[in-house]
Amino acid sequence: MAQEEKNGKPIEQLNDVTVMFAGDSGDGMQLTGTQFSDTTAFLGNDLSTLPDYPSEIRAPLGTLYGVSGFQLHFGATNVHTPGDNPDVLVAMNPAALKVNVKNLKPRGIIICNSDAFDAKNLKLAKYESNPLEDDSLSGYKLFPVPITSLTVAALKDCGLKPKEVTRSKNFFALGLMYWLFNEPLEPTLEWVKTKFKNKESVICGNEKALKSGYYYGENTQLFASRYKIAKAKLPKGTYKSISGNEATAIGLIAASKLSKLPLFLGSYPITPATDILHHLSKYKNFGVKTLQAEDEIAGITSAIGASFGGSLAITTTSGPGLALKTEATGLALMLELPLVIVNVQRGGPSTGLPTKTEQSDLLQAMYGRSGESPVAVVAATSPSDCFYMAIEASRLALKYMVPVILLTDGYIANGAEPWRIPHVNEFKEFEVTQRTDSEGFQPYDRDENLARPWAIPGTPGLEHRLGGLEKANITGAVSHDPENHHLMTEIRAQKIENMQNSIPDLEVDGDSEGKVLVIGWGGTKGSITEAVNDARKKGMKVSRAQLQYINPFPKNLGDVLSKFDNVIVPENNMGQLAKILRDKFLVPVIQFNKMRGLPLKTFEITEKIAEVLGGKND
Amino acid sequence: MTNKIDTTELKPKDFQSDQDVRWCPGCGDYSVLSSVQKVFPKLGIKKEDFVWIAGIGCSSRFPYYMDTYGMHGIHGRAPAIATGLKVARPDLSVWVSTGDGDLMSIGGNHFIHACRKNIDLKLILFNNQIYGLTKGQYSPTSEKGKVTKSSPYGSVDYPFNPTSLALGAEATFVARTLDRDVKHLQEMLLRAGEHKGTAFLEVYQNCVIFNDGAYTDYTDKETKAETIIKLEQGEPLLFGKNFDKGIKIDGFNPVVVDLNDGVHSIEDLLVHDEHDESPVRSFIYSHMTDHPELPTPIGVFRQIKRETYDEAVTRQIEAVTDKKGEGDLESLLFSGNTWEVE
Ligand SMILES: Cc1ncc(C[n+]2csc(CCOP(=O)(O)OP(=O)(O)O)c2C)c(N)n1
Ligand code: SF4
Ligand SMILES: [Mg+2]
Repeated sequence: MAQEEKNGKPIEQLNDVTVMFAGDSGDGMQLTGTQFSDTTAFLGNDLSTLPDYPSEIRAPLGTLYGVSGFQLHFGATNVHTPGDNPDVLVAMNPAALKVNVKNLKPRGIIICNSDAFDAKNLKLAKYESNPLEDDSLSGYKLFPVPITSLTVAALKDCGLKPKEVTRSKNFFALGLMYWLFNEPLEPTLEWVKTKFKNKESVICGNEKALKSGYYYGENTQLFASRYKIAKAKLPKGTYKSISGNEATAIGLIAASKLSKLPLFLGSYPITPATDILHHLSKYKNFGVKTLQAEDEIAGITSAIGASFGGSLAITTTSGPGLALKTEATGLALMLELPLVIVNVQRGGPSTGLPTKTEQSDLLQAMYGRSGESPVAVVAATSPSDCFYMAIEASRLALKYMVPVILLTDGYIANGAEPWRIPHVNEFKEFEVTQRTDSEGFQPYDRDENLARPWAIPGTPGLEHRLGGLEKANITGAVSHDPENHHLMTEIRAQKIENMQNSIPDLEVDGDSEGKVLVIGWGGTKGSITEAVNDARKKGMKVSRAQLQYINPFPKNLGDVLSKFDNVIVPENNMGQLAKILRDKFLVPVIQFNKMRGLPLKTFEITEKIAEVLGGKND
Repeated sequence: MTNKIDTTELKPKDFQSDQDVRWCPGCGDYSVLSSVQKVFPKLGIKKEDFVWIAGIGCSSRFPYYMDTYGMHGIHGRAPAIATGLKVARPDLSVWVSTGDGDLMSIGGNHFIHACRKNIDLKLILFNNQIYGLTKGQYSPTSEKGKVTKSSPYGSVDYPFNPTSLALGAEATFVARTLDRDVKHLQEMLLRAGEHKGTAFLEVYQNCVIFNDGAYTDYTDKETKAETIIKLEQGEPLLFGKNFDKGIKIDGFNPVVVDLNDGVHSIEDLLVHDEHDESPVRSFIYSHMTDHPELPTPIGVFRQIKRETYDEAVTRQIEAVTDKKGEGDLESLLFSGNTWEVE
């Protein structure tokens, strides 16, 4: 570890670090974490974040279930997840310490707000004695800091109310962390100035808290050293930090531009999908129409109406909402109208774990409708990939005149990563035709992809009726003919199969044949990538692939699977992709499943790889 | 909707599709269909700008019989489908046919919210007080005690009064008519078609198979003068063969008065004002239908001007675009906190 001196304190150079900010849900931990991430990203670190908060908005103060956390992993190389275990824990109260200390690495750093460790809070956190005073934390590097009182002292001249003063203590903690990791205050100071324009006292409070935290680190003898994280070697370009939900929203706007179609969103608020509605509601000047519907069913059916009218129509939801959209999804399939259904998965079933992540809606997306009802299913693999997959989902829906379900999850939706921003001209425009010629028009006529023509109301001479009753192929008249229903059922399935011609082959990272392939889908890409990289470092030979297209699968998938002796499928569910792979390819895949509501831990996947390889590193 | 254009060359026949109409002979739905086909050419709207949306039920087969753009959707959801279409395409004239099960039961939520939002839709409720398509179960508008296959000992449900419900949900146009009074029906369809905002028209429709005669008191020559009262704008509420009876308000209750009793005069009667901002007055007499001693009002209960949802959406988009300029994707992508990697 390179050592460097600054202000008399040695600076240790590290490859990567995982930090956890934890406090009461009203302590501003999400904001603190976001600010810290933005600054580290700005410094050129790669990073991955995991906001982890309770479903109560303001859970009772000091309680264990009211703890809100923000974990981030930043560094130079192999940063693909928010980190299995933090190196540093910032705990604003006893409950935050209690909940998170068990995940901390041995010899990890704990910075606590010692002012919050009073009898009442200790009792709420179910501590029998004060952990700062007994020996229970001796396995860690413990730094108790009276954050509340230091903040109160620093802010006495800002003209803030006592409550506002104590609320600024998160910025003291942030300042201290900036000092510890040798990071500049300027980006956050700039942010404060714009965010609280014309609120001088708030600006004063935040600035002073931030700076006092920083100088506290500088001037006290508490810390023996500070750290510096090496820059990541990222491809050249302009970057910003982006969360999955924001990326999905912007991706949909991009799809609207690329298709030259107006964007319509019908949606009903549900965690963790609501932010897509929030984001899209801002962009009225892009002609985006957002309808906050009376329920999920109205969300999707209004989108179906808008699609009939010629819009690029979207509905966004999470698991329980997708269940409510079931019947209408079948209708869109029957009408053969383009529609994008975004499902940000969360822990289920029922209300389940609203604020936690899971991948457990894959089978619902694939099969959860009445009748033979194949819809296209695609999945995003990271926060920024949501942008590209939102465009892909739209492209496929428009090209094949079908509903497409885009699966993301709570982790990539709320998590953020640095994104090399693409230019608009890097994308191909979609070829979308809306029929205008009445000559020979038949509503269920077919093009080379088996898609039917899109004829929108207002076009003279193309008046026609769509409906959920089975239609005769080509003419679109209501039909109960047995052979026609058989044919139409096959056509609807064939349309999905035909998409294989316009989706990319699956890429394999590593050798294209061998002993072990680890294959995942969607949001587990980060965990699997890190795990495979770690396994390789330990000398194991292992290949990796991540699916973005699930219905249909990429054309070469069967081929890829057949080249490996063992196929491991890690999933954040009980083995839903594994089931489909066995069904389609009759391969004896090896499952690896966790249902904790959290991203998969990389070391566990690495262990699984080692186990399958028989512990031998060949 | 765009300004009225000359559509005099359009004929009812132009709105008839090539599909055989498959309602039971004698079904009240036929008269609504032919009335709609007669009224559409009078609305000054191009044929291709009409869209007919429906849910599921006998009445919801309607779009198949109209040679316009149309969609036969899923049970109860037509108002929501129509909402999306109208918001996306304010230039279209969007109509919905629906049944008492479709709109009052499974689609109840969409109904009240369409009314509340004042989306420029025409909702035509075919109220036959029965589930027709599923062969005769009691519906949310069937009278208490109704004997059907799903209520062999009589239903224990209290019914909805759809017109009261629409008024309660703040629909800006609320009217009621009868399938058998074709002239009134067409007048109401025309009024609904000309209204800007959610137009709710309840049609008392006879199901000859499963609920025949539900409205005969209102349609029979013998009885209708005593059982029906026609609402006319600015006119006192008069009825009876010789128009010598009227409705007076006693507290909050409507009561029948005899103008020949030497006590009451026309001055005592309630005067109809469909443009009253408050729905209270109309609400009071929308309930008269639930009282056998009172006549049942038909006509326009309410018609007020209020910005429509689709207009407000368009206005907001224009205002934001004026302020921020038309959205540019490249600058959106590169907005926010960005940094360069060399
Ligand atoms: C989701 C769903 N549930 C139930 C049905 C069965 N169903 C079809 S129509 C109908 C009720 C029809 O009654 P109404 O809306 O009054 O229409 P009518 O046939 O009387 O015109 C029902 C229950 C269905 N098609 N879909
Ligand atoms: S069942 Fe009743 S409502 Fe349905 S078509 Fe026959 S008569 Fe009309
Ligand atoms: Mg009915």
